[in-house]
Amino acid sequence: MSIFVDRNTKVICQGITGSAGSFHSGQMLAYGTKLVGGMTPGKGGTKFTSDAAPGKSVPIFDTMGQAVAATRATATVIFVPPPFAADAILEAADAGIELIVAITEGIPVLDMVRVKRALAGTPVRLIGPNCPGVITPDQCKIGIMPGHIHRAGRVGVVSRSGTLTYEAVWQLTGVGLGQSTCVGIGGDPVNGTDFIDCLERFEADPGTEAVVMIGEIGGGAEERAAEFIRREMKKPVVGFIAGRTAPPGRRMGHAGAIISGGEGTAAGKVEALRRAGVKVVDSPADMGVAMLALLQRRKAKGRAKPRPAKRAVKKAAKKAVKRGKKK
Amino acid sequence: MKIHEYQAKELLRKYGVPVPKGKVANQADEAYDIAQELGGTVVVKAQIHAGGRGKGGGVKLAANPDEARARAKEIIGMQLVTHQTGPKGQKVLKVLVEQGTKIKQELYLGMTLDRETSRVTLMASAEGGVEIEEVAHRSPEKIFKTTIDPVIGVSSYQGRKLGYALGLPKEVMGKFVDFARSLAVAYDRSDASLFEINPLVITAEGDVIALDAKVTFDDNALFRHPDLAALRDPEEEDPREEKAREYDLSYIALDGDIACMVNGAGLAMATMDIIKLAGGNPANFLDVGGGADERKVTAAFKILLADASVKAVLVNIFGGIMKCDIIANGIVNASREVGLKLPLVVRLEGTNVELGRKILAESGLPITSADGMRDAAEKVVAAARSHAP
Repeated sequence: MSIFVDRNTKVICQGITGSAGSFHSGQMLAYGTKLVGGMTPGKGGTKFTSDAAPGKSVPIFDTMGQAVAATRATATVIFVPPPFAADAILEAADAGIELIVAITEGIPVLDMVRVKRALAGTPVRLIGPNCPGVITPDQCKIGIMPGHIHRAGRVGVVSRSGTLTYEAVWQLTGVGLGQSTCVGIGGDPVNGTDFIDCLERFEADPGTEAVVMIGEIGGGAEERAAEFIRREMKKPVVGFIAGRTAPPGRRMGHAGAIISGGEGTAAGKVEALRRAGVKVVDSPADMGVAMLALLQRRKAKGRAKPRPAKRAVKKAAKKAVKRGKKK
Repeated sequence: MKIHEYQAKELLRKYGVPVPKGKVANQADEAYDIAQELGGTVVVKAQIHAGGRGKGGGVKLAANPDEARARAKEIIGMQLVTHQTGPKGQKVLKVLVEQGTKIKQELYLGMTLDRETSRVTLMASAEGGVEIEEVAHRSPEKIFKTTIDPVIGVSSYQGRKLGYALGLPKEVMGKFVDFARSLAVAYDRSDASLFEINPLVITAEGDVIALDAKVTFDDNALFRHPDLAALRDPEEEDPREEKAREYDLSYIALDGDIACMVNGAGLAMATMDIIKLAGGNPANFLDVGGGADERKVTAAFKILLADASVKAVLVNIFGGIMKCDIIANGIVNASREVGLKLPLVVRLEGTNVELGRKILAESGLPITSADGMRDAAEKVVAAARSHAP
């Protein structure tokens, strides 16, 4: 099981003839993603091929309407340059696409404000922009993440960052933990899918056992996620917040990563997550080992009862130890 | 991107937002001319981006043109220190000479993105002239907000809602509503990310005027506003940060001694964090981006090493799509080109990592390879400590 995408997800690439679009379309095809079409106005009727995926060929369309009609795709990945990206998202939504993954970095904030208003109340799910995409290992990769670092498994990953997500995945794979689905929600202040959307899906997904959540300074998304975790989640969460050493008032690469007026500090986010029961690691090097330790502990305690009181857990653990000795 | 007060007021004036009459002066004599043209009492205001100019001595009243010239002479060229400039202060090169205003009431009006609603919010407070963060912290109930629909803009009722909440007299209500609506149009048309009118004043004559204006634009939207992009003041920027922008690198100077070069903003912040955890101090934030090539890596190295306080360099690259051997070659060539003498710790991960490490090892350069982020941080902190300056 997984969230958002699986082996049956049919995908279009908008901006497939650009340098990033064509490179990553090749990578997605090579990974096994069902990339069924590309779209670039003016290139309709031609075919996309890639050295990365020999023998595979993908039809290119002029409009998303044509692409969807011909391929029955339900998802799209957008590599269109920033000035035209908002238009590309709206075109995909208009064509009836259900899942829009916008990779493009540098879309004007007010464009996204308008796009978000246009998508409000529609069933369209937008992931990003300014994100690495979404991957369900061994099934479907929609985005720019390196496929080979992933392993299929039961840990969900949700993150505002790109390469830091790879770091987390790499650590998980390194300690022998595979991933159910990894979602990069993007580093922009206005994005389509937030932490809570993903946490909700992970909580409901029988294929996900635990979640790694990677936040960063700026905004209040992590604090809201912490509140959701406290109220709604039974599955364990390991967290990390990037930017503890970032100076206030400066934008740290991501447009969203800025501390203003004492709001959105790393310390505040860490505290909120810890209060919600999240195992927040201080060091970004500890995400994988912390998850492994947490899952091993849970296994030892038995997973039968969701979140029993601490005393009950201790009793159960003692009983388990005794049982083990008898055997 | 931030702009100066005088530029912000010119922008607002274009959209019909009332601002005091005034002009910018580069020299004391110009200040004299402007004061004479305006007549009466004028205010001479230092033009730097940082706030807190009044307390720092950068804002002075002048009763006549001679006084205006004298005040301008004092301010232009001074190193103005405010709570936002840091201890070194910022050199003042220009002053805004403005008509004096008879203030009856000071208010605050601001606009920025509210991430929770993904819409722009108009904020108002009756506590003008003080830091809004302070008000937000001390008495958040004194800040009134209204969310702006991106298609409709500010409706009149929203202006009235704020105006009545602020307890404004009904004689100025119409002017306040017009002010708020024009301000919102200016924000939208210029792709701003922050507007702060602090204070917004009600004058003795019953006018509603922006006495100060702080404007920040969305960097991502500057491509469609060449006129606004031209307002950038290089004097206000760290020269290294400006150089970095030329190469599309994201660089922010900090005050530590360990330079770092990382791909990706999140990983770059995490790298700074782990350096701190290992007992060191990062000298900068530097994100070379996803598609870092040799040219970018070389440029990044030059920028990092231009900082005299740097004692060691850490490169942390998660080569996802980028292959590690290509990155390793870039690092080796860049190190040779800039004549690197400082200890360099490199952590590479991802595709072709073995080949990448081999290239680094065989380069003959004093490069230490690291395995994982913790190892990298510990090694670079040790190197910085043992490096004789």
